[in-house]
Amino acid sequence: MKIKITSAKKASLIHCHLCGQLNRTRKAKELSLLECSHCDATLHVRKPNSISRTWALVITAFLLYIPANVLPVMTVISMGHGEPDTILSGIHALMESGMWPLAILIFFASITVPMLKLLGLIFLLVSIRLKSKWRPKERTKLYRIIEAVGRWSMVDIFMVSILIALVKLGSLATIEPGAGATFFAGVVVITMFAAMSFDPRLIWDAIEEEKK
Amino acid sequence: MKPLIACHDCDLLQHKIPLGVEQISKCIRCDAILSHHKRNTLDRTLALSLSGLILFTLANVFPFMTFQFEGRAQINTLISGVIELFDSGMLELSILVFLTSILAPLIKLLGMVYILVPLKFNKTPWKLKSVYRAIQTLSPWAMTEVYLLGVFVAYVKLADLAEVIPGVALFSFASLILITAAADYSWNPEMVSEKLA
Repeated sequence: MKIKITSAKKASLIHCHLCGQLNRTRKAKELSLLECSHCDATLHVRKPNSISRTWALVITAFLLYIPANVLPVMTVISMGHGEPDTILSGIHALMESGMWPLAILIFFASITVPMLKLLGLIFLLVSIRLKSKWRPKERTKLYRIIEAVGRWSMVDIFMVSILIALVKLGSLATIEPGAGATFFAGVVVITMFAAMSFDPRLIWDAIEEEKK
Repeated sequence: MKPLIACHDCDLLQHKIPLGVEQISKCIRCDAILSHHKRNTLDRTLALSLSGLILFTLANVFPFMTFQFEGRAQINTLISGVIELFDSGMLELSILVFLTSILAPLIKLLGMVYILVPLKFNKTPWKLKSVYRAIQTLSPWAMTEVYLLGVFVAYVKLADLAEVIPGVALFSFASLILITAAADYSWNPEMVSEKLA
């Protein structure tokens, strides 16, 4: 038996990203208006402008990453005396009170994960630009990890929202949210959109071009 | 001709193979999971999402945590954080926290029940396509498990400062996460897409 390796794109088929149904590609003109025959989702052979959209979102996230780490995410006001907390100083406080595992966890979720996501996406974008044929399977796996892990960065935002609601003791102690939290949430949301707008099938398109 | 499917990660066309119970088919080129035949998917997902809705109600009605400090007690509920963010002028942040911790998980659960109850009786629910698309699109924004980790971190931070008493809602919320994880696992989009055609 002869095994032919073909992508759906070459066979003039489009895979629906929401329900998995294969649809026939009609004339290129109609493409932008094509809807899935099963679930009515708008179809795209590849995610639209995947590369430039992902680049734009990655750069935006990088810019937001700076105020997110410099500005305080919350301020603890006790006896009229305010103490601003950035993400890093929050981790530092956890370390000082001996909460090492938790400090490592927060460091990983808030500092490492967003950075690795952004660097990973840049690596994937550059490898596609260079039409790289290097380890496509591993690069696809990298993408899957990037897509799955991003949500955990929200932990700091949730923590702030819980702390400000709990600690409301008038002049004794209150906690107020800081501008850093908004920027940080921006980083998380925008990196999630960046991962969503990246199309891993572009990794494999370069390999199929080679075979032609 | 055997039915074809395309891999969602690398676009490779391949034959769809019939699966036995609890069998998984993977893409021959990039190892992405293409299909997973789950045991009793309809009944299980329906039962789990219904219990999820009950737990969701409990988690929103009862006190979440109580903070005690020198004789003063501050009781809060799941939505307190959202309200507090809104009152501090952090509109964007309060919308985001509301969406990820309350709205998206609720719509997901309601949508699943809405689709699965009629399917159970072999009927096709009204606007099935739109509801199905809403569930698939909202899924990444439901972050209850991350929220619980945030609760844990906040708890640890306050523990040596004052007494923090977990409430009924916190336990309901924690169970909700286990239930929704199980529901997500047993949810097989294929049982819906068969009805979509």
